[in-house]
Amino acid sequence: MFKSLAVPEFLANIDQVKCIRCKRCIQNCGWDVYSWGGDKVLIDTFKCVKCLRCYHYCPTEAITIEDNLVRYRNNANWGFFQIRNIKKQAETGGIPLTGMGSDMPYPVLFDNLLIDACQVTNPSIDPLREPMELRTYLGKKPAKLEFEKTTDGKSKLKTKMPPQIKLEVPFIFAPMSYGSISLNAQKTLAIAAKELGIVMNTGEGGLHEDIYPYRSNVIVQVASGRFGVNPDYLNAGVAVEIKIGQGAKPGIGGHLPGEKIPLDIAKTRMIPVGTDALSPAPQHDIYSIEDLRQLIYAIKEATNYTKPVSVKIAAVHNVAAIASGIVRAGADIVYIDGFRGGTGAAPVIIRDHLGIPIEYALAAVDERLRQEGIRNEASIIAAGGIRSSADAAKAIALGADAVAIGTAALITMGCTVCGKCYTGNCSWGITTQRPELTVRLDPEVYAERLINLIHAWSHELREILGALGVNAIESLRGSRERLRGVGLDSQTLDILGVKPAGR
Amino acid sequence: MLTIDAKGLYYRNLNSKVREAVSKGEKEIILKNINGQYYIGDGLRGEVAITIEGVPGNDLAAFMDGPTLIVKDNAQDNIGNTMNSGKVIIHGNAGDVLGYGMRGGKLHIRGNVGYRVGIHMKGYKKQNPVIIAGGKAGDFFGEYMAGGVLILLNLDSKNDSRPMVGDYVGTGMHGGTIFIRGDVDKKLCGAEVGIADLNEEDTKFLKEHLEDYCKDFGLDLNEIMKGSFKKLIPASLRPYGNLYAY
Repeated sequence: MFKSLAVPEFLANIDQVKCIRCKRCIQNCGWDVYSWGGDKVLIDTFKCVKCLRCYHYCPTEAITIEDNLVRYRNNANWGFFQIRNIKKQAETGGIPLTGMGSDMPYPVLFDNLLIDACQVTNPSIDPLREPMELRTYLGKKPAKLEFEKTTDGKSKLKTKMPPQIKLEVPFIFAPMSYGSISLNAQKTLAIAAKELGIVMNTGEGGLHEDIYPYRSNVIVQVASGRFGVNPDYLNAGVAVEIKIGQGAKPGIGGHLPGEKIPLDIAKTRMIPVGTDALSPAPQHDIYSIEDLRQLIYAIKEATNYTKPVSVKIAAVHNVAAIASGIVRAGADIVYIDGFRGGTGAAPVIIRDHLGIPIEYALAAVDERLRQEGIRNEASIIAAGGIRSSADAAKAIALGADAVAIGTAALITMGCTVCGKCYTGNCSWGITTQRPELTVRLDPEVYAERLINLIHAWSHELREILGALGVNAIESLRGSRERLRGVGLDSQTLDILGVKPAGR
Repeated sequence: MLTIDAKGLYYRNLNSKVREAVSKGEKEIILKNINGQYYIGDGLRGEVAITIEGVPGNDLAAFMDGPTLIVKDNAQDNIGNTMNSGKVIIHGNAGDVLGYGMRGGKLHIRGNVGYRVGIHMKGYKKQNPVIIAGGKAGDFFGEYMAGGVLILLNLDSKNDSRPMVGDYVGTGMHGGTIFIRGDVDKKLCGAEVGIADLNEEDTKFLKEHLEDYCKDFGLDLNEIMKGSFKKLIPASLRPYGNLYAY
């Protein structure tokens, strides 16, 4: 048997003195790194992805997972992964896949933006003792409000408000389909969304009956594969989202591998068991803004105009003009997924080289919609690399109404961003459909952690608002004056609409 | 029976009238003077029969779940988009992207159909959508097909020398079945398609569905069954299984 010449990334090691032969590592590893050799645990380090499941479940801390130092000779041009991918492709002729967002060192502009704070000339607010409003409504807002007098002399709103999604805090969970993640992972998101008064998004894999009880905290998605879409589904959630693209893989479709299509997924998606679930690259009924309008209104007709319709696109070069078209096509929400956004499976070459980061896209879209006088026509959701409440605050200051988090939510469930979601072997039970693995993810237990995270981020947001001397997230929204750039060139600052620090 | 005169009526008002009538239990509706109104039957549920006089606009029967729509004329694009159940009968020709992601029910078209018909149709156990077209079809017939049945009859070839089906038949197909009455050139088919002869079960299935089709249009079943059919099926359930390096 020919041994792969692709050098292993990691070295799994067991300290034989500390090891008590309990075999928990063998049970816990979804990748079969460990096996029982009669008197000790054997290791196949080629299979290790450094998800650290074994490390956390080893009772004696006998396991260490190290980066493999036997790498190729140091070379600033030919990096480890460039050489390794060529070797893999030479052996298979295939397209290397990956999961999660890009790990390439492209600049993260959030890290070049700093938020203002009050000193002396205007007072800051203490959010622990004063009210601080984070509530956010997503949907079309009227250009003006009209009132009428009732017979008893009171004023009443005459303008009919378009349908809105009410969020207690400006965070939502990014679309992750049943199929790409386990039902338990979706349940975790649903329980947390309900408790937090926010929403999760089904992704394009349909809505499993177990999620129906959480329907008032669910956005349902319609994508090119049209999996699980029927009138019940369209009317099940608080909004319907048309997925055009995804930040990690703009312009390409999805192939959920057959390994992740057991009976239950096949039923929800209505495809044969074990086949690949193929999502075509385009939606073949949408070749233009006019066609998009047609689908938006087909959905509005099917839901009797009671649900906001969101359109999700990947951030690409011409994103501002595209977003303008989407708003004019009748979308109530524009969801922009930046270059660093996550994925359950994408070709490495696409993930790492197509699209633009969310910071540029968001600033450009918000600016364009304002210039055209249609910013009120749709809410903007920013996604694709929101790692903390600071990223969220900066995104909101750049013009987002709310931010979506995917990877951060999965990290609360045990994810270590190992990037092997596409294998279906996730040892934490998140991106797998193997029953012995999914059972590890107790939705009740992990929902609590996810709720903790959003509570913590919300507290932090309130602290930021307090420091800014404002008492509502609305006052930060689109307020680029409260941001300053550090180490950014003048053109980038111009695109972001942000002054340099010191000005 | 309810008759609605759709002359000059905006689609939103028209469809709202239809929805209201259906919710009140109307079982039979006639729409007169239809002239391109979108979304007729969109998301509509229940056992109602709607006869459409004139040419309805795009997205006819999109997301529909149960009703029967009868179009006496031609129809346009996106008919039966993600339709769940029910039946659409079109006496003339129909346009592009018919039955996209269709999940159940029947689409009977007497004449020709356009491009990308039956893309990503699905099927699961009892849910088995069927599209039957009496004439010819354009390119990408049954692209990405994941389930259900497409039947193309080529009944009117006497006055029409164009090929009965365009290029890229069943490209990306990974489920479902396509029946074509006549010979299909392998060169026109996607790499993911296998061509087979009919077995007894297929013939029985065809007869059953074509009987219903013939009833809709007053055609002779025996005459149609005299033609020789080919069956197109996916060569693999995982056409792209070897595309990736893990």
